Amino acid sequence: MTTSNGPLANPESPLLEVSGLTVDYPRKGFGKEVFHAVQDANLWIGHGETLGLVGESGSGKTTIGRAILGLAPVSRGSIRFDGQDISHASRRKRQQLSSDLQVVFQDPYTSLNPSMTVGDILAEPIGIAGGSRNAARSRVAGLLEQVGLPRDAIDRLPREFSGGQRQRVAIARALALRPKLIVCDEPVSALDLSTQARILDLLLTIQLDTGVSYLFVSHDLDVVRHISHRVAVIYRGELVEQGEAEQVTQDPKHPYTQRLLLASPVSDPVRQAERRNARKAHASKS
Amino acid sequence: MTEATIASPVSLPAPRSRTRIVRRVLRDPVGITALAILIVAISASYLAGFITPIDPNATDLSSVLAGPSGAHPLGTDSAGRDVLARLLWGGQSTFAAAALATVVALAAGVPSGLIAGYYGGWFDAGTSWITNMLMSLPAVVVLLAARAALGPSVWISMALFGVLLGPSFFRLVRTSVISVRGELYVDAARVSGLSDARIISRHVLYVVRAPIVIQAAIIAGIAIGIQAGLEFLGLGDSSAPTWGMMLNEGFRNVLLSPLFLLWPALAITLVTAAFAVLGNSLRDALEDDEITPRTKGRAIKHIPHSEAGLVPTGSVAAADTDHLLVVRDLSVEYPRADGTTKRVVDGVSFHVDRGEVVGIVGESGSGKTQTAFSVLGLLPETASIAEGHIVFDGIELVSRTSGAVSRSRMDPLRGTRIAYVPQEPMSNLDPAFTVGYQLSRPLVKRLGLSRAAAKKRALELLATVGIPDPGRTYAAYPHEISGGMAQRVLIAGAVSCEPDLLIADEPTTALDVTVQAEVLELLRTLQSELRMGVLMVTHNFGVVADLCDRVVVMRDSRIVESGDVVTILSRPSEDYTRTLLASTLEGKTPRTLLLSDSAGETA
Repeated sequence: MTTSNGPLANPESPLLEVSGLTVDYPRKGFGKEVFHAVQDANLWIGHGETLGLVGESGSGKTTIGRAILGLAPVSRGSIRFDGQDISHASRRKRQQLSSDLQVVFQDPYTSLNPSMTVGDILAEPIGIAGGSRNAARSRVAGLLEQVGLPRDAIDRLPREFSGGQRQRVAIARALALRPKLIVCDEPVSALDLSTQARILDLLLTIQLDTGVSYLFVSHDLDVVRHISHRVAVIYRGELVEQGEAEQVTQDPKHPYTQRLLLASPVSDPVRQAERRNARKAHASKS
Repeated sequence: MTEATIASPVSLPAPRSRTRIVRRVLRDPVGITALAILIVAISASYLAGFITPIDPNATDLSSVLAGPSGAHPLGTDSAGRDVLARLLWGGQSTFAAAALATVVALAAGVPSGLIAGYYGGWFDAGTSWITNMLMSLPAVVVLLAARAALGPSVWISMALFGVLLGPSFFRLVRTSVISVRGELYVDAARVSGLSDARIISRHVLYVVRAPIVIQAAIIAGIAIGIQAGLEFLGLGDSSAPTWGMMLNEGFRNVLLSPLFLLWPALAITLVTAAFAVLGNSLRDALEDDEITPRTKGRAIKHIPHSEAGLVPTGSVAAADTDHLLVVRDLSVEYPRADGTTKRVVDGVSFHVDRGEVVGIVGESGSGKTQTAFSVLGLLPETASIAEGHIVFDGIELVSRTSGAVSRSRMDPLRGTRIAYVPQEPMSNLDPAFTVGYQLSRPLVKRLGLSRAAAKKRALELLATVGIPDPGRTYAAYPHEISGGMAQRVLIAGAVSCEPDLLIADEPTTALDVTVQAEVLELLRTLQSELRMGVLMVTHNFGVVADLCDRVVVMRDSRIVESGDVVTILSRPSEDYTRTLLASTLEGKTPRTLLLSDSAGETA
């Protein structure tokens, strides 16, 4: 990694600071080789900020999010959250962290327990954090309103809701303990276009209202450009480019990001023809 | 938000699924019968003292092997004891022993299965080894040995039998837990800081409890059978009455009093069968969702000119034959469980010309894929084409009598003149055969080439679709190639017969964006070289802008608008199309709201 790919001017105390993160998985079989899912990743997220992490399937973008959440093993490097090292946090430590660090997963169909009501799903983290039953109830009602779900959703099971509504439930669950950072792992990629727009609007509104930070993991450059302050691009386990959202997504410096931008089709036939030709020119150059 | 805001007070009730399952079992005539038999048998056994005042061990040598009478409703046995009393008191020990075996099996199998499945590692390896060992032991031999060593106690043998049955619970629970452990909601629970004990009890056990209940019912039945078997062999405790012992006596006296054999046999059969049937009924209740009645073969009534068979080709308007494909007033229906029908395609009309790319764009549930599948004749059995015409190159494909695309007309077209590229390339290749075999087989079958010629042609096709080393891909199995490569292979297969019409259903949705660009490029090249008509189903306006000449916008099974791609994408006349285009992100000011009415819709 060259210096130009490093983070921009790092503030005094970012909310999250990942340095030299490497995640290795052993390969199947007897060979000693390991698979580097993520290699030497450096990134940071400020308070109230969104960092977009964009990459294709198998690039390691989801692994970075899972390592921050303690769901993937950290082989080397450190993850500092709110001033403390959490790279190898214990279960007890994770439980304390859970009120500050939350997650919204990609698939709203498997991320909610099918046999629990929406009310129970939302009340569970509050109960763990030691809230009373009455406090939990009024908080659940407030959460439903915050994510734009009807009040009677509380008694219903996840299967009674559409994909977009389920994703609202997942967002409400993440918000339940008023976290400082939410890892959003492809939260809109399973949704229809207009639903995607509504969920993006919701995430944006919540951030403006609560000052929460997002690590927004996506394969879609357009989505990442829209939601992020800054963007990091990951390719085969390595961060190849990082910077202000507009610069990275409109005028990328790294050839891979350029390829990504030119491959993404636009909905205007005339401009798409131009982009297509630019892509072919770029492909023949490299 | 609408009236929902002021509706229903807040409460946290228990999930409804459990009551739903119970209700389903009660509605199932077989299930309710089994349940009733068990309830009657168990309560009669435990109320034996009230039902008959006679002591089951009281002998009356004056009436031995007597038939049914007022004093002895079911007669007496060889020692003059009352059969009804013995049957009822025997039921008590039978059910208690079956319960013991089931509880021991549950205690041995469920906790160990949960731990082994959730944590894996050495505990899993160790318990799996013990399980395999237990399962390889012949149960009856072990029970006989135990009786010889420990004496004729039904409780010891049933507890031991419970241990021997433990593995069936262990395996069931372990497998279920392993599949649940990978679910995202378990990850979410871990991120929420839930302890392992709570995750296992709340999220994991919840999911596996149903199969456990089913298995327990079946195990209880088996335990009764084995217990009766042991007693029948004379290995039981002879101080108390049991069904097995009665069976033994009955068998010995079968020539003197055949009826005496009947009662214990009937009791054992009814109860074990009831347990097994109840288990099955529970399983059926859990297997989701009501079965919809099939309406295949139903003739369509509300079309006037449908009295017999196919609409003659001649009745198709002359204008229709100028186009490669004409779909006119097409409606597709699915039956609902309550007898009504659901229209998934409603009055859809469009056409595709030779050498033209037409896109059908819409969100999920808009009916775009159902429309494409209608044209391909690939709708599921339950679906029926209620109205309308599908005319390919002047040939009417819809059969009026069957409410579906006519097989006799479609079969010669599909794979030769009409080709198909699916959404999920990987699931459309058979993992058991090489790419080359799957590509060349249709060439032999459909086009009548020799094997050598088919292979040569397949290699040419792989080169045509831009696969760098055709020979290697030809010999490869599907799991050895990437998703983008697999889609190229399927496109190669689709164009192998140089079709007139290519139907592509979200052909790039499962692919990375850089691969998508390459596949779109390939489709464009092949389309212009072969002058194919292409019907492209997609949700992506970028793909439409890239490839299509004309576009049809669908919503809620109907067409919203259709027309030239530049017009629709830059100057749409319908609000819905405008909303969809407003939802695209390219060219929008970042970090601003996309839709003004964002809060509280029905997303």
